[in-house]
Amino acid sequence: MDTNGVLDLMWIVICGILVFFMQAGFTLVETGFTRSKNTGNIIMKNLMDLCIGSLGFWAIGYTIMYGESIGSFIGNPTLFFDDAENMHNLFFQTVFAATAATIVSGAIAERTKFTTYLIFSLIMTVLIYPISGHWVWQGDGWLTNLGFIDFAGSTVVHSVGGWAALMAAFLVGPRLGKYTKGRSNAIPGHNLLIGALGVFILWLGWFGFNAGSQLAISGDNANAVAGIVITTNLAAAAAAIAAMFVSWGLYGKPDISMTLNGALAGLVAITAGCAAVSPMGATIIGLIAGVVIVFSIEFIDKKLKIDDPVGAVSVHGVCGALGTLLVGVFATDGGLLYGGGFHQLGVQAIGVLAIGAWAIVTSFIVLYILKKTIGLRVSKEEEVDGLDIHEHKTNVYN
Amino acid sequence: MKKIETIIRKSKFDEVKEALHQIEVNFFSYWDVTGVGNEKEGHVYRGVSYSTSDIQRRFLSIVVSDPFLERTVAAILKSAFTGIVGDGKIFVSDVEEAYRIRTKERGFESLK
Repeated sequence: MDTNGVLDLMWIVICGILVFFMQAGFTLVETGFTRSKNTGNIIMKNLMDLCIGSLGFWAIGYTIMYGESIGSFIGNPTLFFDDAENMHNLFFQTVFAATAATIVSGAIAERTKFTTYLIFSLIMTVLIYPISGHWVWQGDGWLTNLGFIDFAGSTVVHSVGGWAALMAAFLVGPRLGKYTKGRSNAIPGHNLLIGALGVFILWLGWFGFNAGSQLAISGDNANAVAGIVITTNLAAAAAAIAAMFVSWGLYGKPDISMTLNGALAGLVAITAGCAAVSPMGATIIGLIAGVVIVFSIEFIDKKLKIDDPVGAVSVHGVCGALGTLLVGVFATDGGLLYGGGFHQLGVQAIGVLAIGAWAIVTSFIVLYILKKTIGLRVSKEEEVDGLDIHEHKTNVYN
Repeated sequence: MKKIETIIRKSKFDEVKEALHQIEVNFFSYWDVTGVGNEKEGHVYRGVSYSTSDIQRRFLSIVVSDPFLERTVAAILKSAFTGIVGDGKIFVSDVEEAYRIRTKERGFESLK
């Protein structure tokens, strides 16, 4: 292999390792934003969706996503991928699949059956995620052929996870005590420091997520990679600032967990366009996401009355879709503001709607079957005492 | 002997402790307590405002000989005072007997 090949491969492996670390971030955000009695259950969900996803994606998910295209809709599946020259790609894509799966965990925290979650997580990584991913990233997918841009997966990864999370939170129902007489009650998380550490870790991992998606670093790719790191960072920073000021205006004080969500909202939103927009474009995308996230969380919590303890639906679903659409506005090549007209925006909308519909319909069907068979929810007693003591017969804090 | 139990603001703890040291009350126990009172604390979490009447305070348990009672109470009344609702309470009760485990001393001697 020549030096450039080695460099590119090494870059993909390093970035994959960074994305892997995002699993720790998801675990920390989810535990920090919820109550201490469910911490062990959340640890196990986040650990196991990574493990199940790793095996499942290797066993069949990877080739469903990247195998030879059948009608631009699905890859030709082969079992137990073993191609020595593509192991770095398998690894990089595995950690992405695990990210899509773990997003669901936060939205249904504190009340969902462990076994049900494991089954859903497997289906997510071997079926729901790889098929819609094929449409965009395999090279022959129907959305690729339309010219749809989702560089690192605002829609492919985050929206798919976010919409599945919406369906899951809707079907499993709110936590006990979350809504009384139609009013939303606060259920404060038990450790915002842990939540904040999780956000920093996710932000760090995101540099791998976005800059790694260049899939190369040799030659001219190096400048592209550096540009992506900058757009990613600017969007996250702008979104956190925007969310802070919006929460400040609405509640009189800068809300901590909303501001943390704001940073994540910016990261999700810039993921689609991190290689296609200018630093200024990235900053504006971040600002928009930071404003939208606060109202989205309020809307889902107070109007839809869907209980999402960590804001996963708003961060990943809503801001993923938003960021993907904004590529059509801010892309320096073909964006609305750069004289490209409405074409790219239209293509982006088709992609967002198609993948959104796919994720919502498939996850609804799977979860509905699970609900009617083994059930989605733990018993009332289990929920009140905490999932740790009933599902795992232990406490995390002793 | 008297037992003085007092519930004070956490923010006043250092001043109360210093005031007690000044009058040579050097031994006491304390722990943090949650109570329900007249004061309401407003909170906002993720855009949902809620108020709680659960108040965080510090609880001190002090056992003194009878001659120390008045000055101890006076020290607490002075050092724990802000004038705002929620300064706390002092309760005084009789203690029948006290022992020091190491020396088997009893009564006033065991407090020294």
